[in-house]
Amino acid sequence: MPFTAIDFLQALAAGILVGGAYALMCIGLGIIFGAMRVINFAQGDFLMLGMYAAFYLTTGFGVLAFLGPYGGPIVAAFLAGPLVFGFGWVLHRFIVSRVTGAGVAQIEGAGAYGQILVTLGLSLILQNGGLIVFGSTPTGIRTPLSRSSWEIGDVLLNQARVVSFIVAVLLAGAMYLFLSRTRLGKGLRAAADNPQAAIYMGIDVDRAHRLAWSIGVGITAIAGGLIATSQTFQPYVGFDFVIVMYAGVVLGGLGSNFGAFCGGLLIGIVQQTSTLILPYQLQNTAIFVVFLLIIFLRPQGMFGRLSERI
Amino acid sequence: MRTRAESNRQRWAILAFAVAILLLSFAVLKSAYYQLVLTQVLLWAVLSLAWNVLSGYSGYFSFGHAAFWGLGAYTVALGMMYFDLTPWISIPLCSVVGGAAGAIIGYPTFRLRGHYFALAMLAYPLATLCVFQWLGYQELTLPMKRDAPLLYMQFADPRLYVVLALGLLVLALLITLWVENSRFGMSLLAIKQNEPAAEAAGIDTWRWKMLALMLSGAIAAVAGGLYAVLLLVVTPETVFGMLVSAQALILALFGGVGSLWGPVIGAMVLVPLAEGLNAELGDVLPGIQGVVYGVAIIVIILCAPEGVYWRVLDYLARHRPTRRVQPIPAAALPSNIAPLPRPPPARGGNLLVLRDIGISFGGLRALDGIDLIVPEGGLYGIIGPNGAGKTTLFNIINGFLSPDRGAITFSDAPITNLRPSQVCRRGIGRTFQVVRAFSRMTVLENVIVGAFAGEPDDASARRMALSALDRVGLSAQAGTIAGGLTTRELRLMELARALASHPRLLLLDETLAGLSHDDLGGILAVIRQLHDDGMTVLIIEHTMQAMVRLVDHFTVLDHGRLIAEGRPEDVVRDDSVIEAYLGRKWVDRVASPAK
Repeated sequence: MPFTAIDFLQALAAGILVGGAYALMCIGLGIIFGAMRVINFAQGDFLMLGMYAAFYLTTGFGVLAFLGPYGGPIVAAFLAGPLVFGFGWVLHRFIVSRVTGAGVAQIEGAGAYGQILVTLGLSLILQNGGLIVFGSTPTGIRTPLSRSSWEIGDVLLNQARVVSFIVAVLLAGAMYLFLSRTRLGKGLRAAADNPQAAIYMGIDVDRAHRLAWSIGVGITAIAGGLIATSQTFQPYVGFDFVIVMYAGVVLGGLGSNFGAFCGGLLIGIVQQTSTLILPYQLQNTAIFVVFLLIIFLRPQGMFGRLSERI
Repeated sequence: MRTRAESNRQRWAILAFAVAILLLSFAVLKSAYYQLVLTQVLLWAVLSLAWNVLSGYSGYFSFGHAAFWGLGAYTVALGMMYFDLTPWISIPLCSVVGGAAGAIIGYPTFRLRGHYFALAMLAYPLATLCVFQWLGYQELTLPMKRDAPLLYMQFADPRLYVVLALGLLVLALLITLWVENSRFGMSLLAIKQNEPAAEAAGIDTWRWKMLALMLSGAIAAVAGGLYAVLLLVVTPETVFGMLVSAQALILALFGGVGSLWGPVIGAMVLVPLAEGLNAELGDVLPGIQGVVYGVAIIVIILCAPEGVYWRVLDYLARHRPTRRVQPIPAAALPSNIAPLPRPPPARGGNLLVLRDIGISFGGLRALDGIDLIVPEGGLYGIIGPNGAGKTTLFNIINGFLSPDRGAITFSDAPITNLRPSQVCRRGIGRTFQVVRAFSRMTVLENVIVGAFAGEPDDASARRMALSALDRVGLSAQAGTIAGGLTTRELRLMELARALASHPRLLLLDETLAGLSHDDLGGILAVIRQLHDDGMTVLIIEHTMQAMVRLVDHFTVLDHGRLIAEGRPEDVVRDDSVIEAYLGRKWVDRVASPAK
């Protein structure tokens, strides 16, 4: 074996820790897909927006400097959520809603591609607009946690990643409760299951979609803010995560939030442990391979139902 | 499918376009920079046309055409660096590389449909990008060959690149035109509009999709190869990046998807716009190109989702006297259907034999132990209440489903696990419970798709289709778009499509459903006429009255089992049949009608 047991445990721990943030962004994507049956190409770019929002709140403008180097980044990540939520709401209201929703749900063929193409356009605009606004120099949110680790046995745990893992898991749990317990969350799920029936039951499907879309991108932005504390980023970073997210959501099963969580976690583990046997540059290739294998072998994922429409 | 005159007109249009580009390059554009932009316009148009061959016609959207483009670029760059291979050889070689990549990608990926296919295609160029980075080909610069520039396509005069790119574009346009005008393009269009129906009508959907992807990959790779020569520097991000894939589809969608000129229009408008803005503002606004493409795709999807070409065409059509569909002269019609090219079996022999067919879906036994024999020339009916398994039985016979057990022979040859298109080619035509039309094609084109199965030559397929339409009495509607037909006409068109493949057995799935009394009579007459001409027919219905008068043998299914068979007048008195249809109470009432 070319690696030791400690190496493996170290990679596994790293995988679980990044997997927490991955799981959170997968839930964000999963909510959108689950409710709207929309493949959102731009999801990674909302993640990027979340990173930059957190960055400017802490380091750039220093609004949250008074919270200190420990609390500031976490609070900033949370604040990135509502900011991107609002931005997503506007985008849905004026652009996305015109190619999705109950009216368009039945159209097959080119109509079904309308939404995916619009999100592709959004993605191009956000990426390249980001390049114009933020510049191409990679940045990161430096906290004292980023550079220090806890030691458990021989395994090192990066403190920033541990904190973001815990926050991500708590937030994921809160999302789960929101979707399953509250009236609003139940309405979202009804609109997802059968838009027609939901309309007849008096649910405003278009509004439900807008809410799902905005919550989805907001959650993903928070995940971005959390990740930003432990890695550098630039405006094109979103694309690296789109495949991570899709692989996670498809692995968990489209339409299942619990599945999305587990899928994201697993993808984190795959990505980190793959570096044991593959060169570092190929860690994303490993995710592509897993992604393709799931699509071919078990398109319904671990917890999903096979859906004809996708 | 275009007529000959129309496709000749298109050839002249291509020639005129080529002359115009040459004039532009040699007489108008003065600076080398504009020549470079023009060359790029032409190359992106080729990539977009390549994308269009697959995605425009077959409807399988690819988000990963950068894979082919990039492989082409790297083939040329690596060939020149390591083997001193001249682009004059390596660029044609790119077509082999691209075609092979298409085959390798298509083989697993065509098991997927719709968005799954699109997502999977997205992964290929991005995975390849990582691999090329890992291999250490971060930035390849093509070596300068000052001693033999012509041999290595390193021209001092930029207009020569325009000529080369134009040659490639003309080639791509001619290939597209050929695809459009042959059964290749028709089959792809049929796949786009209704893949199961295309398969059931005898179109080998797998083969055409694979060919389309291979052809598309080959063209895209050749364009990518020339692109490498033009820019002299190849990096993984610029040739495998998302922007390449996005550009391929955005240009085509902007110009008009599934059209010959759409991708060219898209490239002529958007590439100079993006390039020009990049040159003017690139220092201040570094990502302006991507923004242009992003805005373009959103605007086009929101305002004119069919693209510029189709929008203009529709506009012109509205402001011109409507073009009448040419009536087909009666003299052109063959008087009767061409004789079947198969050896005629002994009349009265068994044509279709089902032995112990069974299939389950999860825990549901949809069919259980079905035996059925249909003799040559028979007119057999299958009846049964909803959910009895009638359509499932048809799906098993024509190959949509594989039975869990049992065997099917047709004309003494086993057909149990054949694909629907193969079953159709063996001589089994079918119609569907809910009509599956290629709704954006004309009635004639719908039927021509069916005729491809039995006719090796496109012209004879057309004649065959006309004759099939004549046989069902739908000749007058030949030029109508199928989406605008009435239920009766749709049923007849589907029947003609099935007939056009020279079937010996017709499977008719609730052909009579949803028809008014008058329409019913017309279709019954057509079926009887077919039967009198020697056609074997197996028909599903659940209305008894029409069937009792039509068929000469009944098979009754209930809950997946065969509960009765025999002559219609006997079967309708069978207790188990009455019970299945009406319940136990009615059996008693029929038994003692005196009360």
